[in-house]
Amino acid sequence: MTAPFDLSDDSVVVVIGTGAGGGVLANELAQKGVSVVALEAGGRYLPEDYINDEWESFGQLAWLDARTTSGDWRVANDFSGLPAWIVKAVGGTTTHWAGASLRFQDHEWKAASTYGPVQGANLLDWPIDPREMDDYYTRAEDKLGVTRTGGRAGLPGCNNYKVFEAGAKAIGYKEVHTGRMAINSADNDDRPACQQTGFCFQGCKWGAKWSAAYTDIPRGEATGNLEVRDRAHVLKIEHDASGKVTGVLYADADGNQHLQRARVVCVAGNSIESPRLLLNSASSMFPDGLANSSGQVGRNYMRHMTGSVYAVFDQPVKMWRGTTMAGIIQDEARHDPSRGFVGGYELETLALGLPFMAAFLDPGAWGREFTTALDAYENMAGMWIVGEDMPQETNRITLNMDVKDQYGLPVPNVHFDDHPNDIAMRNHAYKQGMAVYDAVGATRVFPTPPYPSTHNLGTNRMSENPRDGVVNAHGQTHDITNLFISDGSQFTTGAAENPTLTIVALAIRQADHIAGELSKGTL
Amino acid sequence: MTLNPRELTRRDLLSRGAAAGTAFVVGSGYVAGTSTAWAMEVAHLKPATMATLIHMARDIYPHDHVADAFYAAAVKGYDSAEAAPMIEDGIAGLNAAAQGAGHSSYVDAGWERDRVDILRDMEKSTFFQTIRGGLVTGLYNQKEVWPLFGYEGESYSKGGYIDRGFDDINWV
Repeated sequence: MTAPFDLSDDSVVVVIGTGAGGGVLANELAQKGVSVVALEAGGRYLPEDYINDEWESFGQLAWLDARTTSGDWRVANDFSGLPAWIVKAVGGTTTHWAGASLRFQDHEWKAASTYGPVQGANLLDWPIDPREMDDYYTRAEDKLGVTRTGGRAGLPGCNNYKVFEAGAKAIGYKEVHTGRMAINSADNDDRPACQQTGFCFQGCKWGAKWSAAYTDIPRGEATGNLEVRDRAHVLKIEHDASGKVTGVLYADADGNQHLQRARVVCVAGNSIESPRLLLNSASSMFPDGLANSSGQVGRNYMRHMTGSVYAVFDQPVKMWRGTTMAGIIQDEARHDPSRGFVGGYELETLALGLPFMAAFLDPGAWGREFTTALDAYENMAGMWIVGEDMPQETNRITLNMDVKDQYGLPVPNVHFDDHPNDIAMRNHAYKQGMAVYDAVGATRVFPTPPYPSTHNLGTNRMSENPRDGVVNAHGQTHDITNLFISDGSQFTTGAAENPTLTIVALAIRQADHIAGELSKGTL
Repeated sequence: MTLNPRELTRRDLLSRGAAAGTAFVVGSGYVAGTSTAWAMEVAHLKPATMATLIHMARDIYPHDHVADAFYAAAVKGYDSAEAAPMIEDGIAGLNAAAQGAGHSSYVDAGWERDRVDILRDMEKSTFFQTIRGGLVTGLYNQKEVWPLFGYEGESYSKGGYIDRGFDDINWV
């Protein structure tokens, strides 16, 4: 039972984006009796709509609006118009995500204090005490049904995991298991157990993987307090003479523009679109964009230090069979500067189908060095590297005034240069990842460059001091009391872990805060 | 449009042209494999140009266990009024480069390494990058190619691999 709210209803909370941040926030607020209008740029797709074909699914779900890139990262060369591989759909990138659900390590909330000064890095401590997050993490794990937490069993290991685990143990790694995954190992919460189908990235056709698209969104709608408008692309946030936001201008599926009034606006459009929207909402009162008195909107863009290692063996692996990312080595996640870098990284199993392997193994490569690798596709195993990257002020989302989108608005340019710490960590991870596979008889290994970003973080970061960032500890913008940021763009630093669980935990926490302030009449 | 090889006439088969080397039969309006296992009509490109393009495609992404028909299918889309001028220019450039290296044409360079040398010299060109980039999906996203690499594609319709070998390797 969807609640239809009037465009002129200025009592509603407007949530922009329905992914891990916005989708969860919208439902959590609706459960508390708060009226919510959620605006989602993409369409609505459910498990029966998902397509288990890599390119066809990409065409169905990926955010393909025009974007530009710059910087020394290889993505800017290989995929110049596709800086990020994220989703435009109800449920956002929770349709595509692999399901890895890891808590931050305590020290990662305090990166500046723990790591000390790092030249060129704009490190800052989160204004949140790690102990304050314990309960929110538990609530997030229960919501997502994360395996190996709350008494839930781990997933079984697929072939790709068996190779990975054997190699890890052979070189002495201890913390090796099938991961803490938001993928059911047994029927749970009206969702079935994983059927080892592969194609986790294309949307889980069983619904075994948690996605906001078929959990939080319909549950929020069932309260009668949440209206989700799909194919509603927000163009601008409006404000009044006092500097408070009053509503959002959006284009519907037919391109017609509407103004939805709002009491509170929460922005959760991912770390590229969220700062872009604030910048595109510049006015005579806020000439540098909304909530940008610090100048930090769009800055400190992080994408995690990533890379992959694939390896070929003299025996079949068939890595595409089974859960895509149910395998992790956590021994390198610690902070241990003796390795030549600060922060740490995780190694996680990863498989691509043949079409994506051809596109991503070594973009641009050709000839027999490349094709003999694909000839051995059936005998290939793979892992992904995900580690903490350094926030840098110059890595940023800006408006590209020379390129306009379908609405005539400047597109985002994504600039990224690797920090020397990122490079040192990646080289260490390549070496360790290759050692894992060499230990079980790899005949050839491939240190594979980063893909278009799936973890986009930090561009509206949280800070104690309004001078240093965009939002406070509750995601509320320092400058505008009724404007919140609710996605990964509020991350102060990235930590080594896949970010979704933390985005969800912060959204649950923010819902508590907003509902409390609304009932107190302070918002 | 794929022709049934049986529809080719004997005269066509005998017209195997020098322009296409020995790999393909180039007839009037079509290109075929010398084994006649496949054939393709061409409407906008010169048949010899299409034959050279197929050869170039294989040299870019050579898989010895993948038949020519799949490479032909991968570049078939360039046989359009829109693409033909770009392709004719590009292949003419390729042949000129081959002649500069002492071969009578690209496909007449008998050793793969000689042809690859020619391609290396032009790999930054828009023509090369267009062909290479198109092949990434044009070749590897053909469902009929997948089994040749062991890739099984979707498994949802078969119930996933939970009972069909998701953990069936025993060599580790």
